[in-house]
Amino acid sequence: MAEIVLNHITKRFPDGALAVNDVNLEIADGEFVILVGPSGCGKSTTLNMIAGLEDITEGELRIGGKVVNDKAPKDRDIAMVFQSYALYPHMTVRENMGFALKLAKTPKNVIDEKVSEAARILDLTQHLDRKPANLSGGQRQRVAMGRAIVRDPAAFLMDEPLSNLDAKLRVQMRTEVSRIQRRLGTTMVYVTHDQTEAMTLGDRVAVMRTGVLQQVASPQELYDRPVNLFVAGFIGSPAMNFMAGTIESEGLRTSIGHIPVSGAVRQALERSNVGREIIVGIRPESFEDASMVSAETRPHGITFQATIDVIESLGAEKYVYFSQDLGQAVNVAELEELARDSGRADTGATTETVVARIDPATRITEGETAQLWADVRAVHMFDPSTGLNLTLGDNTPGSTATLTDGTATQEPAAPAPGQTTAAETDTL
Amino acid sequence: MAATAATARQRSGWTIANIVAIVLALIPVVWILSLSFKTPASITDPTFFPTHWTWGNYSGILTTSTFIRPLLNSIGIGLIATLIAVVLASMAAYAVARLNFPGKQVLIGVSLLIAMFPPIALATPLFNIERALGLFNTWPGLIIPYVATGLPLGIYTLSAFFREIPWELEKAAKVDGATPAQAFLRVIAPLAAPGMVTTAILVFLFCWNEFLLAITLTATTAARTAPAAMAFFTGNSQFAVPTGSISAAAVVITIPIIIFVLFFQRRIVAGLTAGAVKG
Repeated sequence: MAEIVLNHITKRFPDGALAVNDVNLEIADGEFVILVGPSGCGKSTTLNMIAGLEDITEGELRIGGKVVNDKAPKDRDIAMVFQSYALYPHMTVRENMGFALKLAKTPKNVIDEKVSEAARILDLTQHLDRKPANLSGGQRQRVAMGRAIVRDPAAFLMDEPLSNLDAKLRVQMRTEVSRIQRRLGTTMVYVTHDQTEAMTLGDRVAVMRTGVLQQVASPQELYDRPVNLFVAGFIGSPAMNFMAGTIESEGLRTSIGHIPVSGAVRQALERSNVGREIIVGIRPESFEDASMVSAETRPHGITFQATIDVIESLGAEKYVYFSQDLGQAVNVAELEELARDSGRADTGATTETVVARIDPATRITEGETAQLWADVRAVHMFDPSTGLNLTLGDNTPGSTATLTDGTATQEPAAPAPGQTTAAETDTL
Repeated sequence: MAATAATARQRSGWTIANIVAIVLALIPVVWILSLSFKTPASITDPTFFPTHWTWGNYSGILTTSTFIRPLLNSIGIGLIATLIAVVLASMAAYAVARLNFPGKQVLIGVSLLIAMFPPIALATPLFNIERALGLFNTWPGLIIPYVATGLPLGIYTLSAFFREIPWELEKAAKVDGATPAQAFLRVIAPLAAPGMVTTAILVFLFCWNEFLLAITLTATTAARTAPAAMAFFTGNSQFAVPTGSISAAAVVITIPIIIFVLFFQRRIVAGLTAGAVKG
């Protein structure tokens, strides 16, 4: 059991490619931290550096207080679960799980005891004498977990351990991983590209993009207070909708209509030197069928008309897709380009289509022009050139947003570092 | 209909081609077998099968030290050269498959060069070198060139096998606390076993059948191998050709090869790595 400290860790490959750029991360003893990001963001490289499978170009890595930069994997007291499981095919499940202990010259009876214990936890007891080739995907995954558990290591490192399982098993094993981590209380670093996994598993989630750590925070914090366009678009499913916004004297002009902004916010936006054009982000759940909005909530948002392209019914909710009125939107091409530079392109959201998550009782049908309502208290505003969230008060993780009222998901802003944005978005 | 007819015709075509190939390969073998059972007097008669059967040729060669000793030399030199070649080739092939080091392409190129060099061009220089070094007519005098010739073959075969073994297995072994040597010996080598056995068979066959160097670099039965020894067989008189003895010896030296291949063939099982990684 140990804490892991990454201090200005950088990885540059021999061909000059910068895979990980100056990452600072402190993982407390017993903490469950997720590294998440799109493929190629350097999350696996970071994990491999912690494991000792990749050299660290610059920076210092400490496990349990000791600098381990130059230590071989075997001297770091860590266990790792690989995406492919990497079970030894010529060994039985028992031998696979006991291999590390055997290498450490543990007495045979102790090995047997620990392997049986791990097998019991993972429900593998009846498979102990089978070879990996004869096991199902889920069983192999559990053997890989077992191989890590029997070690009783200082930390577990997991490299997308569930991505080879089918959807149902993945959800099942997700709970299992969480249960095991809590039971053992061992520090765990878990790499995934799946934001759902990241949100559901971790104590804290570290979002990475092109080798740079974007934000480290609790899942809720990431969702409510993304520091930039990339985190906002990456976390959450369906992704946050982005649209162009133009700052005008009375508020924001967007393709879904005029969003009123309080004087303080507007002043702050002007002070931040972003220019008149910004990117507005609205989460799908901030929309609603206008007819389903109660009279007391209605004033917190704006009502607009949209032609519905597609409706997806998921039972408990409906996803409604509609196109932005591009004619009204500001320079879309420019927005696209700026968004690409600031990372929006990696998030998979398209600019043209907006998705709204609305009450399943809605009577809206495909093709119709419907009245929709958008909660403007939950609007995020981003600087198109830097991607930074302008509505955040400050970027200190752990600080909570000032809510304008009890129902708002998040809001406004105080000066962000480097720029001066402000204050409360009370609306209308 | 047309498709099944075509496949049926195809299949019978292949069957005929196979039979032709097998018959062509087997006729000389059967002919040698037949000759080895003929008496010296009837050896030149034009019948395919012996009219007068005899074990004389076999008892003759198996009671003289001019054949027994070379047979032992063949077995000893072959096994030692194979062992050394496979061990060295495994290490080299592992490096070629897994590591990036300066001169990797040169190493591969040079090993190919050795394989391409005509042995006859090497025979005389080797003869002089070995006489100068005192290796002439000794076991090491044959083992060393055999290992050198077997290595390129081994490196090529084994590096293909090593490339097939998932990289992550080795990472897993390292994280599990294995030193690089332990990771190789306990995880990679067992998985590459089919490749090593294949390589061993090929190298051993080469050593066993090699004639040119064997006859150039030996002078007495101290190191002469069986194929070379057969060239020194003599008939009953100076003018009698020892066809029967040579045939019997040829049959005898084929038997260990057949046993060797049959024994190891069982271990060359495909898909030993199944289950290591998903799918």
